[in-house]
Amino acid sequence: MSQQPIFAISDLTKNFGGIVAVDQVSFTLEKGEALGVIGPNGSGKSTLINLITGFIKPSSGQILYQGKNITGWPPHKIVTMGIARSFQMAKPFYDIPVYKNLIIPLFSNRARKLKGGGYGDRSEVAIHLLEDVGFERDSQVPYKEAGSLPHGYLKRLELARCLSLEPDVIILDELFSGMSMSEIASILPLLDRIKEEGTTLIMVEHRLRELFKVADKAIVLNFGKKIAEGTPAEVVENEEVKTAYLGSEVVVSA
Amino acid sequence: MTKTGYRKERIDRGIKVRTDDIFAIGSFKEISYVAMPRFLVILLLIIFPLLSSVTGIYWQNVMLITCTIALLAISWDMLASVGLLSLGQAMFFGAGAYVTGYLNHNLGLSPLLSIPLATVLGALLCTLLLFPIMRLRGIYFGLITFAIPLLMTRIIEATKILGGTEGLSGLTPLPGLTLELYIIIAVTLICVFGFRRMFDTDYGLVLKAIRNNDRAVIAGGIDIQWYKTQAVFVAALPATFAGAFLTHHYQIVGMPAFALEYSILPLTAVIIGGARSFSGAMLGAFILVPISELLRAFSTLRIVVYCLVLLVFAIGLPEGIFNFVQRKYHQIERLVPMGEVKK
Repeated sequence: MSQQPIFAISDLTKNFGGIVAVDQVSFTLEKGEALGVIGPNGSGKSTLINLITGFIKPSSGQILYQGKNITGWPPHKIVTMGIARSFQMAKPFYDIPVYKNLIIPLFSNRARKLKGGGYGDRSEVAIHLLEDVGFERDSQVPYKEAGSLPHGYLKRLELARCLSLEPDVIILDELFSGMSMSEIASILPLLDRIKEEGTTLIMVEHRLRELFKVADKAIVLNFGKKIAEGTPAEVVENEEVKTAYLGSEVVVSA
Repeated sequence: MTKTGYRKERIDRGIKVRTDDIFAIGSFKEISYVAMPRFLVILLLIIFPLLSSVTGIYWQNVMLITCTIALLAISWDMLASVGLLSLGQAMFFGAGAYVTGYLNHNLGLSPLLSIPLATVLGALLCTLLLFPIMRLRGIYFGLITFAIPLLMTRIIEATKILGGTEGLSGLTPLPGLTLELYIIIAVTLICVFGFRRMFDTDYGLVLKAIRNNDRAVIAGGIDIQWYKTQAVFVAALPATFAGAFLTHHYQIVGMPAFALEYSILPLTAVIIGGARSFSGAMLGAFILVPISELLRAFSTLRIVVYCLVLLVFAIGLPEGIFNFVQRKYHQIERLVPMGEVKK
């Protein structure tokens, strides 16, 4: 092991008053791996994402990113380090045209350093990014106000915002929720390509079948605790996971 | 019961669509469609100070106050554009006023230096003062900005600094009303057109996005705290200038510089004129201030009439006069049948 892991998270804990939302969660992730985070509703998945991305400050524990301690950093600095995230509830800028939504992240220090370019270029880059995530070429959709888009498009816009930052890690919080099967099917090859380019993925997901097409390994949370870790096949065979989350009769083919 | 419904459809006028693309402007008609509204406003403002024999000195002075309130309203609109609700524009006004008063009265700087210095230093002071509360949103930010001007008057009253209750008097006068008017009109126009242009750039887009959804801006790798700081500084500039300028006009600065009306009038002007365009803020001030001067004839009933005007605008035309007129200028409305709808 000459190379250090891209993420080394140890004993990460978050209390909200008396409730322990995330309880001493530890895991490591190598560069280019795709990690699935699964668990029942309220098991602390989204809180874990918020802790890693700095939107919530951890009560205790440590987050090492490429060997650097980023625990407690402000969220925009963590993004600048190359960790982009999407939100479970899509957060577009409602009264701004769709392609201009992407000009905001493209205006960030990170994107400007990596991409360069002036005013006109950013619109151009934004349109191309939208094409990448499956907005139809030559349609009116990229020029509409973001508030008028259906949910599936908003989720893809979230993904496009992540990609606009040319991140090293992309953290997707329930990207597939609210998307139709055909929309998911059109996104999967893109996720594969992102992975092939060496980008590390962390995906919180309820749609296990689709998730396991992308994920190399998975961790399972229940009541804030990590109850299992391993390859998707191992995880779904774990007895504790079956009872806690999947229900003992459900069989998921990985 | 079924009934054929109609819904209102808004369509851009052909000329609007053609002139949206700068390369399509080829005829005088199209150029004037774009330039005429701006040109008319500028022309009227240039002519007005020359008409002092027609209007009388009184209305020339009203114009000066109007521009002052317009600058404060533009400043309010700028703060609102990044999601900061200000209920204390008097803070900026007073800061500009007292800094120029101190520079002129105590250090003997000429207005040529003290006004620009007070504009920048006053804006810096206000930005520093507001820095700790910039992360607050909505009414919480508003309440604190409301309290600051009240606090300042009490501090000045209690500690007797900066002339205490008597204020600083005997400041250097400005060279004459007509020149004063041209200066403040020029500054107002520069602020309106400058800010409008700024919000067309990518930088302005980021500011707009902060009001829209600040967490998504953070997720875009942008330090919103830093952007808000810049926005507050830029927003403070027109207001501190207004304070500094009017101080030299009156040749005295005192506690009325933090008066409530400097907080309320700009806010009202934006309600009447319409937010988020800066032109609306300016238009609102140009309607509100002359009306409130005309209402002086009603003496105590003035407040009642004044409140009625406000009510009518807040309920009848919440988008503001400017946005309404702009929509009518650019778009036509027509009724289209929706087909059979259940009622």
